[in-house]
Parts: sequence; structure tokens; C-alpha cells
Amino acid sequence: MNRIQKTFDTLKGNGEKALVGFVTAGDPDTRTSFELVSAMCDAGLDILELGIPFSDPTADGPVIQRSSARALKAGTNVASVLEMLAKLREKTDIPVILFSYYNPIHAYGPQRFYHDAAKAGADGVLVVDLPPEESDELSCYFDNDDFSIIRLVAPTTSETRMKTIAESASGFLYLVSKTGVTGSDGLETTDIKDLCDSLKSHTPLPVCVGFGISTAEDVRAIARFADGIVIGSAFERTIEENLETAGLSSMLADQVRVYKKAAR
Amino acid sequence: MTAQASQPDDRGHYGVFGGRYVGETLMPAILELEEAYNRICGTKEFKEELNALFAHYVGRPTPLYHAKRLSEHLGGASIYLKREDLAHTGAHKINNTLGQALLAKHMGKNKLIAETGAGQHGVATATTAALFGMECQVFMGVEDIRRQAPNVQRMELLGATVVPVDSGTGTLKDAMNEAMRYWVGAVRDTFYVIGSVAGPHPYPKMVRDFQTVIGEEARTQIQSQTGRLPDQLVACVGGGSNAMGLFYPFLDDPVKITGVEAAGIGIETGFHAATLGHGSVGVLHGSKSYVLQDADGQIMEAHSISAGLDYPGVGPEHAYLHETKRADYQSITDDEALAAFQKLCRFEGIIPALESSHALAYAFKIAGTLAKDRIVLVNLSGRGDKDLGTVFSVLSKS
Repeated sequence: MNRIQKTFDTLKGNGEKALVGFVTAGDPDTRTSFELVSAMCDAGLDILELGIPFSDPTADGPVIQRSSARALKAGTNVASVLEMLAKLREKTDIPVILFSYYNPIHAYGPQRFYHDAAKAGADGVLVVDLPPEESDELSCYFDNDDFSIIRLVAPTTSETRMKTIAESASGFLYLVSKTGVTGSDGLETTDIKDLCDSLKSHTPLPVCVGFGISTAEDVRAIARFADGIVIGSAFERTIEENLETAGLSSMLADQVRVYKKAAR
Repeated sequence: MTAQASQPDDRGHYGVFGGRYVGETLMPAILELEEAYNRICGTKEFKEELNALFAHYVGRPTPLYHAKRLSEHLGGASIYLKREDLAHTGAHKINNTLGQALLAKHMGKNKLIAETGAGQHGVATATTAALFGMECQVFMGVEDIRRQAPNVQRMELLGATVVPVDSGTGTLKDAMNEAMRYWVGAVRDTFYVIGSVAGPHPYPKMVRDFQTVIGEEARTQIQSQTGRLPDQLVACVGGGSNAMGLFYPFLDDPVKITGVEAAGIGIETGFHAATLGHGSVGVLHGSKSYVLQDADGQIMEAHSISAGLDYPGVGPEHAYLHETKRADYQSITDDEALAAFQKLCRFEGIIPALESSHALAYAFKIAGTLAKDRIVLVNLSGRGDKDLGTVFSVLSKS
């Protein structure tokens, strides 16, 4: 059984929901980023989404745009992210999903990317601008069930399309909580619950909800119906506001604990 | 229709290029747009409505003009200019914005957004929005706002809101990023009017189809004026909409086709926008095409004196024409474009846009090498009033 399934099974047994954390790899530099992510894993993060920075992140709000820019400035690329992941794998067994736009993967070479990512210990990939219609050029290289392709479902996705997406997904489904870029304001939990319910009627896969979730209260509300909660911009904001603070790792660890407690 | 002209396939692919590389939030909107485009734009009613606007609002057909004095001066081929600079708003961009806004109207969408570089597409979108009584927001990089100030004022006069974009280099690429981000949040009631043959399917096809009026008119006009087809077509290529519009009706003809990219201050300096000539295959703004990128797949900054060519991507159909060698892509530097700009002013009394000056510069370069019975047809895609500030600031330094 792969790490993602195992994680969701264990959480289910304990009556908990998954806390999925997104961090841009290499922000503000590889060494610091490794320390920050390690601290978050140690503090009880269930699944890590490790972002590969891209120069033109059209689905992201200002917080993740700036974190991507800092990571790129520090020289982060696919190879350095995979190196960081391999090092993390020596310390943690939680599932790690690589989160990317397609162009850096395309430039690295899709086949080489799959090979090297799996070798470094990745459990899957989420490519934000690679819808099912175009993703064969990457997923045709996936040769075993331990490497998942995580699909997005949005509030604009029709029921028919939800079904198609669910059929081609593996690992878990990422339900985008609202139209808009990452980190935008205003969460409508009732609408999300309806979306989540209809998505769940089409798939046995766990459903994690993300975009715009930033408080423990948000997490508690989403945890009532979803299998997991994805938090990205809220962590990135902590990083950005405390780049010069000595205790940044422990701040992030505390933030993980607060969310985790709310996800129980 | 031949294989060449029947591109793209039903998923928007031109060979390996094109496609739909967008996030899931936008996918349903793009599928809805494609369905609406296929259902509405082929109907007699839609075509009649659009053609009436072309005739009575835009002033189509635009003239095809034999630049005799200049041709004689160059001492070779005859240069014919397709006068898109005489279209309402001063450039070819209006052909596409009228088509898309009319489609938006039929789809029941009342809010338009657009990205703009030189401001010509922004002005054309603002104009169309005013004509149809629609709301309009135009995303424009801060650098372009600075160098294309008259167009910013025109958009504001027309009732549009210009949204300054200060991310990246504050040019066309960044404006398009920001327009896409805004669209993700407003996708349910907002129609995104993309200004070039770029973006996810169906945009490259749709924009080409609306711009094809340029090539169709030119093809008829050159035959009625000279009794034959031209030997060569020349058009500038940023994203490539004026070029696709001119080229498309000639793809199956024995006519040489040349697209001209911006070589900026010189290819060797790295400060250029010659995406096809010196870029590589990648994915940007929703489609696979050639892009300017580093080895890690990060998009690089483009450079051109002309804001409309200052873009590190290019439409996927141009990538396809480049790969299949149906079209040839050359590049022209800022200085060469500037010289061509002045030459057209002095010899023909026409002030061309800096974008179009790249096409002119290449045509001037080859005209003298060709026999006198040869015909080179150049798309004069826009007029240059908007560029006076840029031109005078460069000329005063030299």
C-alpha cells in the first residue's frame, strides 16, 4: 500500500482529518527551507506539498508569487527540490506531493522528472496547469500505483466533469474551495460542503479542501465534511513576515500544531 | 480545405503545439467558450452582424496600397501595404475585439477584461465595450503604461479601467498573468478578450478566425490590382495575431511567408523577443509553443522597443508553421525598426506603429535584392501616433 493510502487509513482509524501543508521549496534558500519543512513534518503535518517555484504562477495570489520569486532568486530548480526531498526522506515517512506548474517539468523532461521524483521519494505530483485533457504527456510514464497524480476539482467544475476527473485521479482529490487565486479572502463553508458531498458521490478517493483556509476555525469547519485540509498561503505568510526571526521553525511548528488540533 | 489549413485538431492542437494548459477553475469556462464559439460564430446572423460592424464602424475593407515612391527608392520588388493602420482605433486589434465582444454579448456576459502591451488591444477592447455598453477592465504593465501613455488616456476616455500591473518587468507577459488571475476569480460573469493568437484553445483559433479578414481582403485586393498573388507576405510577430490574420488565407498558395520578430538591441545581447528564432518549446499562458526560457523552464524577460512585440511567447500556430517550415521567421533590431519607421514617414507620408516597423524593415531589406516584377505584401498592422514619445526619446539621445 502506498504512503498516501496508508496515511488516510490511519487517520480514519483515529477519527482525524489530514493536515496538508504547502511550502515553496527553496524559500528563502535551500538550507533554511529544509529546516522549516523538517520542523513542520516533526510537528505533525500529515502530508507535505512541496512547491517547485515558477516564474509565472498564474493560479497564485501575491503571497505565493513572492515566495516563488524568493526561491527562484536563491537558485531553486527541479533538481534542487528533488535533492531537498531526498534529504527529507531520511527524516520522515509522510507522503510528499510535488506541486508545480507544467513548464519546469516540461523543461526537465517528463520522463526524467517521474524517474527522479519517484527515486527521491515523492508520492505524487500535482500540476496546476495540466488538466486531464493534456496530462497524458506526463502520466504516460507513471508505471506503478505508488506515484499518484493529484487532480484539482473547482467550484466551476460540472458534475459530469467531476466524474471524469475522479476517474483519472489517484491518491486524493484536491477540491478548490472557491474561484480565485491562492490566498484570497472569503470562505463559504456551506457551498464547499455541497461541492465536497457531490464530489464524494463520484469517488472513493479522499477529498482534501484548499484555497483561502487560514484560521483554526476554518480548519474545524472544513474538517467536519472533508478528509483533509490544505494550507499554503497561511504558512507562506508566516515565513514571509518572519524571514529575519530566529525562531521561525518553531513558529511554523506551532502553527502546524494549532491546525492539527483543529483537524481532529 | 487542405491539411495545412485545417489546423487545429478538436482539442486545439497544431501538431504538438497549442492545447489547453490551464487550471481546473478555468477549464469549464474555456470549454463553454469553445462550445459557444462553435455554435454561434458560424451562423449567418452572427456573420452579418460582424460584417456590418466591419463595414460601417471599422471602415473595412482597409486599403491595399502600392507604396510606389518607396519601392522605386529601394530599387527592387514592389511593396504593397495592407493598411490596418486605417482601421478604427488605428490597428488590426479591433477586428478581434468586435468578434469576441459580440460573442460575449450572445453568451450573456456583460463584463470584459483584457491584457494589453502597446495598448492597442486595450484601446480596441475599451472601444468595443463602449459600443456594446459593457464594463471593461484592462490589465497593463507599469512599464507599458509609461511608454504608451496616449493609449492609457484613450482607454480611460472610453470608460475602461486600466489596472496597473507591477509584477515582473511590468510588460505584456505580466499583464497577461494578472488578467488570468483576475479571470480565475471572476470567471462566472466575465469574458476574457485575449488580444493575440495565444492562450489556451479556442483562443488561438478564434482570434485567427476573426483576424483572417485581413488576409481575405488582401488576397482579393492584390489580385484585382495586379492580376496575381504576391510573391511574399511579411508581418511582424509578437503573439502573432496580425500575422496569422494575413497569412492564413494564403497558406495553401505558392506564396512565401515571413514573420518578423523583434531582435531588440541584438540577439547576441540576450535582450530580444525573438521567441521562434531563439527560444525553445515550452508552456506559457495556457498553450504549448515556443517561449523564451532558461534551462530550468523559467520564463525570461523579453525586450523590444515596441511594447506590442515585447512578449516571451508566441502563438502556437506560428510554432507549427515554423516547425513545418511553411513560414519563415526572421528578426529585426530596435534600430532597424526605427530606421524603417522614419523611412515610411518620409517616403510615403505614413507614420507606422513600431510593431509594424519591424515588418517594414525586413521588407525594405529584401526588396532591393528582388527583381522589379516581384510583389512583397506587408501588413501595416497599426499606426504610430502612440509611439511618438518612444521614438523622440530615442532619437534625441542619438
